[in-house]
Amino acid sequence: MEVSDSVLEHLCQVTALPDLTGTRYELEAEIGRGGMGVVYAARDRELDRRVALKVLEVPLSGEAQLISRLEHPGIVPIFESGTLADGRSFYAMKLVGGARLDQYAAGEHTLSESLRVIRRVGEALAFAHSRGVIHRDLKPQNIMIGEFGEVYVMDWGVEAVAGTAGFRAPEATLDKLSDIYSLGALLKFLLSSPAAPALAAVGQKAMNSDPRARYTSLTALLADIDRFEQGQAVEAWSEPVWHRVKRFAVRNAVLLWLLVAYTFVKFLLFFWRKS
Amino acid sequence: MNKIVVGLIFGVVLGALDGATAWFYPETRPVIGGILIGSSFKGMLVGILSGWFARKVHSTGWGIAVGSALGLLFAFLVAFMDAKSGKPHYLEIMLPGFVVGAIVGFLTQRMGSPAVAKSGAQ
Repeated sequence: MEVSDSVLEHLCQVTALPDLTGTRYELEAEIGRGGMGVVYAARDRELDRRVALKVLEVPLSGEAQLISRLEHPGIVPIFESGTLADGRSFYAMKLVGGARLDQYAAGEHTLSESLRVIRRVGEALAFAHSRGVIHRDLKPQNIMIGEFGEVYVMDWGVEAVAGTAGFRAPEATLDKLSDIYSLGALLKFLLSSPAAPALAAVGQKAMNSDPRARYTSLTALLADIDRFEQGQAVEAWSEPVWHRVKRFAVRNAVLLWLLVAYTFVKFLLFFWRKS
Repeated sequence: MNKIVVGLIFGVVLGALDGATAWFYPETRPVIGGILIGSSFKGMLVGILSGWFARKVHSTGWGIAVGSALGLLFAFLVAFMDAKSGKPHYLEIMLPGFVVGAIVGFLTQRMGSPAVAKSGAQ
């Protein structure tokens, strides 16, 4: 008996579906696919809520335990982990509605909104670093922007992943400074062209091929972004004098205009009196 | 440093500088000392009141408006007292006083620590 390609394909798809027997979940649909496994939308029958189920092709090597230690608004919480009837490992986590960062970036956004996203990602990363966890594979596809603008960093600490070209640091061994490189790459990804020189310098410093020349911590990188937003000088850029004067004038425009007004009034009165 | 102190300092300094510009009018040089003292005192009052306002209302626009109004008011009082002693100089005193008041109002909004909220706990 011959089986058509479409039937064969369907059979393959069906057999690849996770066997959720014995769990409290009902499968709904596949929502994503990565190097380590497949993510499905599912329904938690006991709590009557939708969750995301990540079914791993490799044994659970501590990824779920890793993430469960990271309780932070920017990190997707893990609800449960275990082994399916078919032997595959899984973990259930919050189902995040919204869009991936690469999809979000395709739309129109102000610089302020883009920097807000970077700041949220940086805060989640900084928290993880404080708990000894490194992401290793930060890229737009691993950032979710929720329906209400909340930012989530996903796919944490998977050692087997070699990173993604364009966002992976050049060094062989990945560490916290590699995550800083990746955040700099995300910043560059989100910035429109041409970017403000100060902001471009922040990205370049974060993405320096020499890890020792990068920011020493995410806090330092985020502080520079804050300084940029407040109209202050950033540490990453030795701005020329004319730019410093221009920045001063912009930050103190009202005061300068008042001083000009005072000088004008004084001159006016002086010459009026003389005449 | 709280906003009232900021207002006081800037009010005195800017008031003194404003009074010092009277030196460019030779006829005022004999009484420049009195002008400096009066102008500094006027600036101090404007600064203190602007600083007090800045602790209550956080708005650069309103700060400038209130500072200008205070500067204009106190400058008018000075000009009125000056007018009694001879030739009036309302414009020369009030117009700069108005702008100096605006500057002090702006500075008290931007600088100094705001008022600390009192705890409701008993």
